Amino acid sequence: MSEEVITQDVQTVPENWEPKIVGFLCYWCSYSGADGAGTARMKYAPNVDIIKVMCSGRIDPELITTAFANGADGVMVAGCHIGDCHYMTGNHKTMARMPLLKRILDELGIEADRFRHEWISAAEGAKFAATVSDLTEKVRALGPLNWPELMHERGVGHGHDLKPWGEE
Amino acid sequence: MSENDTGTTQQKLKVGMYWAASCGGCDISLLEIGPHILELIEIADIAFWPCAADFKYQDVANYPDEYIDVCFYNGAIRTSEQEQIARLLRQKSKSLIAYGECAVDGGIPALANLKDVPGIFDAAYHTNPSIDNPEGTEPLPISECEQGELEIPEFYDQVLRLQDVVPVDYVIPGCPPQAERVWEAIVAVTGGAVPLKNTNVRVAVFDKSVCDECPREKRHEKITGFKRPHEVRPEPDWCLLEQGLICMGPATRSGCGALCIKGGLPCRGCYGPSGEVEDQGTAMVSAIASILDATDEETAREMIAQIVDPAGTFYRFSMASSHMKARK
Repeated sequence: MSEEVITQDVQTVPENWEPKIVGFLCYWCSYSGADGAGTARMKYAPNVDIIKVMCSGRIDPELITTAFANGADGVMVAGCHIGDCHYMTGNHKTMARMPLLKRILDELGIEADRFRHEWISAAEGAKFAATVSDLTEKVRALGPLNWPELMHERGVGHGHDLKPWGEE
Repeated sequence: MSENDTGTTQQKLKVGMYWAASCGGCDISLLEIGPHILELIEIADIAFWPCAADFKYQDVANYPDEYIDVCFYNGAIRTSEQEQIARLLRQKSKSLIAYGECAVDGGIPALANLKDVPGIFDAAYHTNPSIDNPEGTEPLPISECEQGELEIPEFYDQVLRLQDVVPVDYVIPGCPPQAERVWEAIVAVTGGAVPLKNTNVRVAVFDKSVCDECPREKRHEKITGFKRPHEVRPEPDWCLLEQGLICMGPATRSGCGALCIKGGLPCRGCYGPSGEVEDQGTAMVSAIASILDATDEETAREMIAQIVDPAGTFYRFSMASSHMKARK
């Protein structure tokens, strides 16, 4: 089924293409959860590049658009469950930012399945592994996002390489 | 003598101004410098200004390279004509200045980057309530008429900034740039305080956000919901954001003197992202989310849902310089 979705994409998908996913994890819960998944030798997709931050409230939405704009095919954000924040209310900011960012990504035509926001505690290694695998498969089905190439095609940074007026 | 970069020469400076994808307000805003216009005329001759004087593109093409000392380019790049003129003016000017928010960050025209070209044409020629077009006419790139074949410029997929097309020496943001700031910039550039050639240096602005210039009081209160400007008469002297109005102040560069806010309207973000901000829209997402009075996800989600068109509101003037720049 995923094959069909890929062929519909205008871009040709390279044969050995693997989704590039950036994961922002909070140090106290989600990163420990990911650590737990590793120590327990759980099997999950190797496509996520993890960036550890001290608190999910520290994940500025700017970082997520930076990831997409620089070629990430998917982005994952994970923090402590509400009520568990090491800094009391850090994740309350995440809780409001992520739905608002999702609305903006939607207006920009970025498929909802490319962005995932989850609460993952230090004890939820299995949830981390399942989330990563599920996100990877969904992004794989969508195909590459290739934002830098798309913007280059539309002239960002170089225009349409025309000659000055009068010289054509 | 004209090669002297100090501008204090006997020979007058040559200045130019061009109008690309913009409303024309920038041309007017240059006149807003008031009596200073006489001082400008004393030190400078107009070499190209289609809005104010009769110049043809061919006149500019006939100039030697770098003939124009300072050229202000207002408006974004929406069509092939605007790109070709940008390249021509770059070649013929010593200093090319992106003037106004459209040239600097895309401005209002770049809001069209949230739609695709068929969608734009559909709205502009068919579905808008004010359209009267019974035959469904649309402009064609090439059309036949009695006099022969007519070709119009290509309509690009996406609105670009001036700096996406040619190197820019200075940028003057704002919609429109505020008169006092404009005069400061003209004095700086024509008076030799800064070199004519530079790279994307912002002039006539401050680094801090509009909140820095705002006279209203911040009471550190959280908000319970959002209102639109027509739905409420805001309390004077109190932060508009804390009153539930979406005010772009926290993410917007100062330089305007908080004009709209002093008039009781929330900041629309027309000076683009402030000094420490790369992406105005997501900076605004951060700011808004920090002041919601919500302790559970459901409440937060409900409040977020009250915001109408977040991308169009938060990127109203800076879509083309945001991280994403356009829709997919």
